[in-house]
Amino acid sequence: MATEHAPTASEYIVHHLTFLTNKKQVGLVDWSVLHLDSLFFSIGLGLLAVFLMARLAARATSGVPGRFQAAVEIIVEMVADQAKGIVHSPKSREFVAPLALTVFVWIFLMNAMDLLPVDLLPLIGNAIGVHYLRVVPTADLNATLGMSSAVLLLCLYYSVKIKGLGHWIHELFTAPFGAHPLLWPVNFAMQMIEFLAKTVSHGMRLFGNMYAGELIFMLIALMGAAWAGTVGSGLLWIGGVIAGTLWAIFHILIITLQAFIFMMLTLVYVGQAHESH
Amino acid sequence: MNLNATLFAQLVVFFILAWFTMKFVWPPIMKALDERAKKIADGLSAADKAKSDLQLAEKKVVDELKKARESATELRAGAEKQGAQLIEEARQEAANIVTQARKAAEGEAAVAAQRAKEALREQVAVLAVAGAERILRKEINAQVHADLLANLKQELK
Repeated sequence: MATEHAPTASEYIVHHLTFLTNKKQVGLVDWSVLHLDSLFFSIGLGLLAVFLMARLAARATSGVPGRFQAAVEIIVEMVADQAKGIVHSPKSREFVAPLALTVFVWIFLMNAMDLLPVDLLPLIGNAIGVHYLRVVPTADLNATLGMSSAVLLLCLYYSVKIKGLGHWIHELFTAPFGAHPLLWPVNFAMQMIEFLAKTVSHGMRLFGNMYAGELIFMLIALMGAAWAGTVGSGLLWIGGVIAGTLWAIFHILIITLQAFIFMMLTLVYVGQAHESH
Repeated sequence: MNLNATLFAQLVVFFILAWFTMKFVWPPIMKALDERAKKIADGLSAADKAKSDLQLAEKKVVDELKKARESATELRAGAEKQGAQLIEEARQEAANIVTQARKAAEGEAAVAAQRAKEALREQVAVLAVAGAERILRKEINAQVHADLLANLKQELK
């Protein structure tokens, strides 16, 4: 970047917030566009996570575990315990618990991309001809809404599977207010709102946290980039180092917490799909 | 923010990864965990059993020791009793022997005394005769007075 002309702060931020796409997006919704960078990193990290765990699982010993195995076991047991407490059907848990594990590890890794220096991968990308690169897939609304939509589909699937299609449709019109025919539209509207709110808030929560975190890292990077040899810019640079350190440390908590929250909500929503009103 | 097909791609990836985890990650790890839990439980119960076994063995040892000590005491008491008895018997026998010896000695002494008495008696008779001779200044025919003397002897008994 420095070779051509130094970008202004807003150019820098906008550049960093631009996805690598297959074609230019027109309008708010454009189903022909793909965010190649989000997909690359999310698929890459997802594969990394599951293959690492699968490799470990293949060699898992019931004797004294190694450190990596012990670490994975801690996570697996945590997820298994949570799943057991929230989803009461053992048959459903066979799929839901591994899914929750995937969600937790995968989202954790995607969030952790935030801890890499904001310019590192974009600079490398620039060097090999990729001019736009966003490295945190969970700071992409499409990715988080994609995952929360998957959870919604799961909820619908288990609602029908556990309650039966008839009973579920019956419930859509009679819960939460009652079975009186006049209340049917109200009930149905409430149920639709509930599904929509669950899914959107589920995806938005993760997206919002990671997007805000990424943005703050960029602002802190701007503080560091202010260095111009003067005392004031020197203080800004030092402030950038301190703020970057503090925010990164705090972000360790956030990325773990958000991964955990997304996993827990996945379990809770699927658990709710099992319960009759 | 813009919505686009990334959403569906992410959705599909989500299910594929979850399926993969369910197929290849979850079961082996859970199996290892369950097996380890079972191993630990087995080990703990084995340790408990060994502990109770040890306690039993210790109790048995104590009992055996007690029994051995008791029998030793008994044996010693018996031996002491027997020894005392032996000593008592020996003492008895010794006393018997002494008594017998005393009796024999007394008997011998009595015989000796008798003999001495008789010898004395003989001599008393002779002396008496001699005395009488002296007194009578006359020889006494011993033959004639033999009966008399014999009578005298008899009386002196």
